Amino acid sequence: MKLKKSTINNIISYGIVIVAFIICQSMIASGSMTRSLKGQMIPICVYIVMAVSLNLVVGISGELSLGHAGFMCVGAFSGAIVSSWLLAALNMENEILRLVLSMLAGGVLAGIAGVLIGIPVLRLRGDYLAIVTLAFGEIIRNVLNCLYFSLDGKRLCVAFNSPNVPGTVVVNGPAGTAGIQKIASFPVGFALILFTLFVVMNLINSRSGRAIMATRDNRIAAEAMGINVTKYKMMAFVTSAVLAGMAGALYGLNFSTVAASKFKFDTSILVLVFVVLGGIGNIWGSIIAAALLTVLPELLRAFSDYRMLAYAIVLILVMLATNNPFIRSLFDRLIHRRKPAAQAQRGGASE
Amino acid sequence: MVSFLRFLINGISLGSVYAIIALGYTMVYGIAKMLNFAHGDIIMVGAYIAFCAMAYLSLPPMLALLCAMAVCTVLGIVIEGLAYRPLRQATKLAVLITAIGVSYLLQNTALLIWSSNPKVFPTLFDLGSIRLFDGNLVITSQSIITIAANIVIMLALTLFTGRTKMGKAMRAVSEDKGAAELMGINVNRTISVTFAIGSALAAIAGVLLCSTYPTLQPTTGAMPGIKAFTAAVFGGIGSIPGAMIGGLLLGVIEILGKAYISTELGDAIVFAVLIIVLLFKPAGLLGKPMREKV
Amino acid sequence: MSENSTKKRMLDTKMVPAPSHGIIPERDYYSTPVLEARHLGIEFGGLKAVDDFNLIIGKTEIAGLIGPNGAGKTTVFNLLTKVYQPTMGTIMVNGKDTAGMNTVQANKLGIARTFQNIRLFGNMTVEDNVRIGLHNQVKYGMFTGIFRMPAYWKQEKRQHEQALELLSLFDMQDLAGARAGSLPYGAQRRLEIVRALATHPCLLLLDEPAAGMNPHETEELMRNIIKIRDQFQIAVMLIEHDMNLVMGICEGICVLNYGRIIAKGTADEIQANPTVIEAYLGKKKEG
Repeated sequence: MKLKKSTINNIISYGIVIVAFIICQSMIASGSMTRSLKGQMIPICVYIVMAVSLNLVVGISGELSLGHAGFMCVGAFSGAIVSSWLLAALNMENEILRLVLSMLAGGVLAGIAGVLIGIPVLRLRGDYLAIVTLAFGEIIRNVLNCLYFSLDGKRLCVAFNSPNVPGTVVVNGPAGTAGIQKIASFPVGFALILFTLFVVMNLINSRSGRAIMATRDNRIAAEAMGINVTKYKMMAFVTSAVLAGMAGALYGLNFSTVAASKFKFDTSILVLVFVVLGGIGNIWGSIIAAALLTVLPELLRAFSDYRMLAYAIVLILVMLATNNPFIRSLFDRLIHRRKPAAQAQRGGASE
Repeated sequence: MVSFLRFLINGISLGSVYAIIALGYTMVYGIAKMLNFAHGDIIMVGAYIAFCAMAYLSLPPMLALLCAMAVCTVLGIVIEGLAYRPLRQATKLAVLITAIGVSYLLQNTALLIWSSNPKVFPTLFDLGSIRLFDGNLVITSQSIITIAANIVIMLALTLFTGRTKMGKAMRAVSEDKGAAELMGINVNRTISVTFAIGSALAAIAGVLLCSTYPTLQPTTGAMPGIKAFTAAVFGGIGSIPGAMIGGLLLGVIEILGKAYISTELGDAIVFAVLIIVLLFKPAGLLGKPMREKV
Repeated sequence: MSENSTKKRMLDTKMVPAPSHGIIPERDYYSTPVLEARHLGIEFGGLKAVDDFNLIIGKTEIAGLIGPNGAGKTTVFNLLTKVYQPTMGTIMVNGKDTAGMNTVQANKLGIARTFQNIRLFGNMTVEDNVRIGLHNQVKYGMFTGIFRMPAYWKQEKRQHEQALELLSLFDMQDLAGARAGSLPYGAQRRLEIVRALATHPCLLLLDEPAAGMNPHETEELMRNIIKIRDQFQIAVMLIEHDMNLVMGICEGICVLNYGRIIAKGTADEIQANPTVIEAYLGKKKEG
């Protein structure tokens, strides 16, 4: 029965993540992990969550989004502000609790941004939708560049386009968040990955998830089956925004300052590359691609100046190879053992 | 009032540059149906070639421009042939990621050759300037040349796509590749020519852009590339007059927004206007709405 | 002319149609017709693709819509399912006006359809395709789904059983786990019918259900359409070029040419109608 199979698959997935976490933790504890790699552990968690959540939009709901970093940006800033406020106003010393609350706040605010952006964006189709998500990502970054937040005692002050805010500055316009306590921790990052997997995989195997995939596979048929396409596109978009916001909060609390320029269009593209290289719609592919490609620049350190050049060439070659009909049929025959006819219909955002 | 006129002229001048890039973008999109993110980096390459031709070979500006156009044309054809042609049957997303790979490749190659230190681009055509309102309003020859170049290019492209055999082939391929091929049109060659023209236009735009905003870096082309694409979408992608109108409007909105609303929010205003336009005209100002056959 | 005016009166007063009208089978005389289209039409840039389309379908009728290629048959289906908004006329489903409704609402009122160019959810399994048809029969929200509340397990189980039961109509229950896109052509057409049935329609619109089927498969399809009608007590309207199928099972047939109805009646009446013969074969040459 299918129900049981999907549940077993989920349990195996959680198991693999937990084993990976235990291995990493024991490597950190025994000191066998290099310093630079250790520093990468939280960004790896962040990018895994970003990639899985973007895959929900690109792979499962089939809409190309080029502004995912915008939600990460909202999450990072709101997480930093909430964390500072919790410390100043409520004197909350417990770092884990503060981190979790900040991440929730980041998720909620990114989700609100997702709703506001989704309403206009999801009326459009295809490349127009993609360009508008790009535009929104840039707008978010631009607006946050103009915002100044400060804590005057327990009071949170906001100013637009003017650095004159009383008290301790938390968000300093283009300079980004300032003087943030670095409370992000790897175990919480790992828990966020588990939570993301839980949400995304359970969503896919539910009534709502099937409706989302139906709107991807054939919009007109889905409507004729009585499925409200906009509602389900919105559901995927906002869920993805919430998860990206939580990842953003984790990211923001991993550094004492983060500027909005960190969440440029390039970051959205970076996450999209993880999703495409990992396989569109393939959750595990996203996880592996995000983890490997976040570490890769470290591993390519030997190439120093040629690092990004090598990355670009590898990217092009991988795309050419994976789309070569011959290599593809070979690959499919070896790994999936599918009939060639079964490959005919594939691909998420390409309609 | 005078300052408004000054901003307006600056806006039209910047908009003309966007329009030239957008014309290339719109042609490439129309025919290959792909978001060519590497287009912006071709602008950068064009500007660097022109810079080198003038700085190291001491060529006159016109020759330097021709050099840049020639190199970019070849570059466009090579990129299309090596990276995009094998992906003609692939998903849109695969082509998009490849284009991003090409963009990274160009940027990082430029970084290795020319380093990240900004180069100061010389003023190309200094033929003096027009002074109006007791010298309060200065119109530089730069602006005039940019605007004139834009108009000439648009007219030439309209004539080209409307009157010549190759232009008609382009329109046919952009409508339906399969049918065009059956009519004996060499699709691959037509797409190559489109990339060649688009890249040559990018070179012109690069030179004009850098002679107005003289800092030249490997990332110089990225933002104008995205804005020009926005302009193309704004005007209705695939439409030549649409790209021109979109580019001009975008430039004017950007300069006026920066002048009167907020310097930091200039880009945000541009993108916000794009979103508003698309909400009311989902296919852009001059685009034709598509209806899916059921 | 006179036929047109009697029909108008008939529609306005909801009178029982005269038997000679030949469209509604006798058993449906006393129930509300499942569909009443009055003066329905649509223009595409001045061109009237469908014009003055009037039709009544009885509660359990099997109706046929035929006509030469490009006559506007699929456009009629698109109007009835609100893929296109009609520019003229009204559509009543079970006596309810559908003005201003969209495709989703039309489906919820009870109109389900299949597509001429198959539109399955190709990357999903056969069972999931049927489950999507059952979407509005199952009521649990996103959070119940994500957090796997008891309602999730209960409803998923019921949905699974219903899906298999519907698939068994066409003996497809063994294919439940297969990818819909990998099925052979005929099976894909049958799956589209099952998926449409899963939405609990009162009117099932089939767009060329027998296209690409061999005579044996077509005969089986005819039996199955009648079986569906009898078992679910619903009306079926089909577009088809296979005249054996149309003449064999349709109780009322409506012939469309250039967007207009040129004839209505039973199979025998249509076969004898000179206008229809002319539309299909062209005018007989003199001499």
